[in-house]
Amino acid sequence: MIATESLSKRFPRVTALDRLSVDVGPGVTGLVGANGAGKSTLIKILLGLSPATEGRAEVLGLDVATKGPEIRERVGYMPEHDCLPPDVSATEFVVHMARMSGLPPTAARERTADTLRHVGLYEERYRPIGGYSTGMKQRVKLAQALVHDPQLVFLDEPTNGLDPVGRDEMLGLIRRIHTDFGISVLVTSHLLGELERTCDHVVVVDGGKLLRSSSTTDFTQTTTTLAIEVTDTDEHPDGTRAVRDALDARGVSVQDGSGLPGAGHVLLLTAAGEETYDLVRDVIADLGLGLVRMEQRRHHISEVFTDSDAERKEAVGHGG
Amino acid sequence: MAVEQPAATVPGDQTRIHNIGYRSYDGPRLGRAYARRSLYSQSLRGAYGLGRSVKSKVLPMLLFVVMCLPAAIMVAVAVATKANDLPLDYTRYAIVLQAVISLYVASQAPQSVSRDLRFKTVPLYFSRPIETSDYVRAKYASLASALFILTAAPLLVLYVGALLAKLDFADQTKGFAQGLVSVALLSLLFAGLGLVVAAVTPRRGFGIAAVIAVLTITYGAVSTLQAIADVQGSSGAVAWIGLFSPITLIDGVQSAFLGATSAFPGGVGPSNGEGAVYVLVTLGLIAGAYGLLVRRYKKVGL
Repeated sequence: MIATESLSKRFPRVTALDRLSVDVGPGVTGLVGANGAGKSTLIKILLGLSPATEGRAEVLGLDVATKGPEIRERVGYMPEHDCLPPDVSATEFVVHMARMSGLPPTAARERTADTLRHVGLYEERYRPIGGYSTGMKQRVKLAQALVHDPQLVFLDEPTNGLDPVGRDEMLGLIRRIHTDFGISVLVTSHLLGELERTCDHVVVVDGGKLLRSSSTTDFTQTTTTLAIEVTDTDEHPDGTRAVRDALDARGVSVQDGSGLPGAGHVLLLTAAGEETYDLVRDVIADLGLGLVRMEQRRHHISEVFTDSDAERKEAVGHGG
Repeated sequence: MAVEQPAATVPGDQTRIHNIGYRSYDGPRLGRAYARRSLYSQSLRGAYGLGRSVKSKVLPMLLFVVMCLPAAIMVAVAVATKANDLPLDYTRYAIVLQAVISLYVASQAPQSVSRDLRFKTVPLYFSRPIETSDYVRAKYASLASALFILTAAPLLVLYVGALLAKLDFADQTKGFAQGLVSVALLSLLFAGLGLVVAAVTPRRGFGIAAVIAVLTITYGAVSTLQAIADVQGSSGAVAWIGLFSPITLIDGVQSAFLGATSAFPGGVGPSNGEGAVYVLVTLGLIAGAYGLLVRRYKKVGL
């Protein structure tokens, strides 16, 4: 789908991309990086709108330097920022954008109705966009990127500004774009945790450099951290301590959840696979404690940076 | 029949009928030229509030009526009094009603371009096959066409009226044609200036004020200076000063080449040599406006 080869983009003062080489196949791919890591610059280059300083890139087998218009006909783009005029309805807006993608008038209307329904906008699509909630606006932005049935969409921070429920719905929708619609997705985020569950493949960039590119299964195997919180009982006045000791006894190393909300009551442990979940369940049941929560921690991106930096140094002997 | 029906509905059929899943699109993709045309027609309609809210139809429609009304009255008078000429030349009409035209440009140029800039819709256009130049051309052409409709419609009313009043056909046709050329130039010039000003002022209110300022303040200053120059007897300066405001520029072009009587003080328009400079400046401004717009959008794109 996407292939870049030592792609660099330098501005007078900053290097946005530094010899980036990635290969992205079909499916949902997450592009993770802190703000200013070069994610948006990469998308701009891939759309053929900004020439690379050096290196080359191909999207759908087309060279970005020469085939910009052809690429843009076959890909969709959802920007990070607001981009919707408030005084028109979602239907009118998306129909217009469909025609800008080259769809004939009738097809534009049909595809708009279909697409808005698929992203979950129903009766409200006839009302002016100005009155929409953030979640609805994100859906309209997504609809305009999908309306011309592209082969690939670039979604720039689609979960920005959404509440947890809206975030999960959006992530579910992104998953469906690939599974149900058959459209490949490149989605950016600065939160690795949310992409882990949605994507087949995750590319981590920092300072314009490739930090890591691997399929999500690799990722979850090495980095899934469980957060556990339990109740206290008369028998075990400090339930957290009891669980910790019991797990230690079975050879599972546990850390305090220092720095997290409710620190002291939260335990962190690395999940090796399904059996870890079972083990935790059994240990807590044996102790007769109540399990308040057991969840996958949402990583902050910086943790991956430190982890993978260390790994890379060990593996290669020099920092990338 | 009643027996056959259930047999016809195989379970597989049912799922297909009720399946409203994703359908891919294999129809035609009409590309850049089509997108440019669509943007043109959408913007042209938008310039008269069509396809927009009722509120945004009021002003352009009102201005259109105000623009045509004097023409209708003149025609009525000409027909009733059996006059042998129209009270106002075709070429003079737009000059007399320049305030209405300026108001129209000031209200519609910002709505055409400032909205896309202010709400950052521009990147959505440029992430599609169309290029900066397609966008600028579509927007420029649509506003120029809207202005041409505004300025040519009253001329058409005058012309049809003149023929109904049985005025000399050849004479009227020539005047009408000259008038059309003049308003076409005026439309291009005003649209270009209006769009350039609007494209650098994303706030719509500022845009309106800035366009009015550019069109009317220059006219005020130029006509004042011209009056002073005329009183002091330096009629040569009158023509050169006229180069510095859009409406006097059009006035100069049409009095030199389109048989119009000049509205300059003293009624003396530029000579043929000076007129050539007027034409060059007008065309230069139109081309310059286009160039500036393309540059502006190269910067804001994505």
